[in-house]
Amino acid sequence: MRREIPIAICFLFGISFILEYFIPHEGVLSIFETIRQWAIIVIAFAYVLGIANLLRINYHVVQRKQRDWPYKIILMASLFFMITVGIVFDILGVGLGGIGEGTIFGWVYYHAQYPLQSTMFALLAFFIASAAFRAFRIRTFQASLLAVTALFVMIGRVPVGESLWAGFPDFTEWIMNVPQLAGKRAIMIGAALGAISTALKVLTGLERTYLGGE
Amino acid sequence: MRKFLEKLERLDRRVIFIFIGFSIALPLLFPVYTDFSVTAPVEGFYNAIEELPPGSKVLVSCDYDPGSMPELFPMNIAVFHHLLSRGHKVIMMQLWATGTLLAERAMTEVLEDFPEKIYGEDWVNLGFKEGREVVMVSMGTNIPKTFPTDSRGTKVEEIPIMQGVTNFDDVALLMNVSGGLPGTKEWVLQVQSRYGVKLGSGCTAVSAPEFYPYIQSGQLVGLLGGMKGAAEYEKLLGRPGTAQRGMDAQSVSHIVVFLFIFIGNVAYFAVKGKKKRLQVSR
Repeated sequence: MRREIPIAICFLFGISFILEYFIPHEGVLSIFETIRQWAIIVIAFAYVLGIANLLRINYHVVQRKQRDWPYKIILMASLFFMITVGIVFDILGVGLGGIGEGTIFGWVYYHAQYPLQSTMFALLAFFIASAAFRAFRIRTFQASLLAVTALFVMIGRVPVGESLWAGFPDFTEWIMNVPQLAGKRAIMIGAALGAISTALKVLTGLERTYLGGE
Repeated sequence: MRKFLEKLERLDRRVIFIFIGFSIALPLLFPVYTDFSVTAPVEGFYNAIEELPPGSKVLVSCDYDPGSMPELFPMNIAVFHHLLSRGHKVIMMQLWATGTLLAERAMTEVLEDFPEKIYGEDWVNLGFKEGREVVMVSMGTNIPKTFPTDSRGTKVEEIPIMQGVTNFDDVALLMNVSGGLPGTKEWVLQVQSRYGVKLGSGCTAVSAPEFYPYIQSGQLVGLLGGMKGAAEYEKLLGRPGTAQRGMDAQSVSHIVVFLFIFIGNVAYFAVKGKKKRLQVSR
């Protein structure tokens, strides 16, 4: 029964969401509206589960002094700090509590998370440039096609391309709208068909890996 | 010469980093504002807002975080500015937990130009709601049930701008500023195709190609792709912002990358040719 019950729940709710799409009747929709509210609550609970799991894993790493254990302490301390200033302080009515602008939470967000996350993303520019230098070697016909197209799009989508040749933006748009779009659409249709078949396998219980175990 | 070419082929990535760093920093410090034209997807986005009668309610979902902020924050500001300048009502929401403060800050910056706009009457922030696609679909049936309160804890039924807003039928346009998942793709799949709402998107440059099929199919009224899209949009609005300032940096850095690719290939072929000649002579 440990497997049959989850499969039955998955089938029932999965089928209900499919039916909702094809039966846009008001009475039916109100039932599904309630189910969706349940879904939102369940997803919110996943956060609690996530936090519990994160604490469990990191606590064990610290306890056994495994690799990078000092960082795990910082991670858990940061988690508790943000929860305290964002939720606990707000509930207790402590000044500067809450998660909006002008709170401790907001200050930490703007002065720690925001610059850190921006820096991580900004580093991509450097690594992409380095990767492009090595990857765009014209070794085969396909590679040359890729490199030449990439260069056209790269230059055509910035103002300097237009300064070099007025037709560059239109040419780039053509690349995006015709060859790129044809390829993209083929991938999308293929992926969608794959998703449908996987969904059907999950709903009918043929695909059970999401249940965990063997 | 061969040693030099081999060195060039295996160029230390730190050299590339230095060049990229300067090519971005210098144009930002000394911009020349190179002119550029506006592409059709951006024009479509702009026209979708222009064609709405004043006072229309527009839902703006700000789904991004600080990572994609350099590209998306300028367009978020431009969208808010455009909507408020046309007299539309802005209903904003977020599906990314780490983007709620950014969306609020974008609106705060825009409100400096519109001090007369009142919270609750001209704009409202419904805040963040976890649930991704489920939230989107749920809004199709009942927005007040999905967002019972706004970000400040006020009941939605007590907010004037939310009067008469039940689902997407009561929203003239849906604008999505998308940094990834959930984002534009999910809005198209779950909302546009199901409820037929007019949808426009502002997204990162890297994800823009993914949304081109939706423009051609008419599922997106317009698309702002990355900083270039935001810059074109700023140009249409006649309000230069950070995106237009970033265009020179993008131009120079793209040229630098182009040159590195070119040099890399020249060195590769030169070394390859020499190796072949050596093999033949042996």
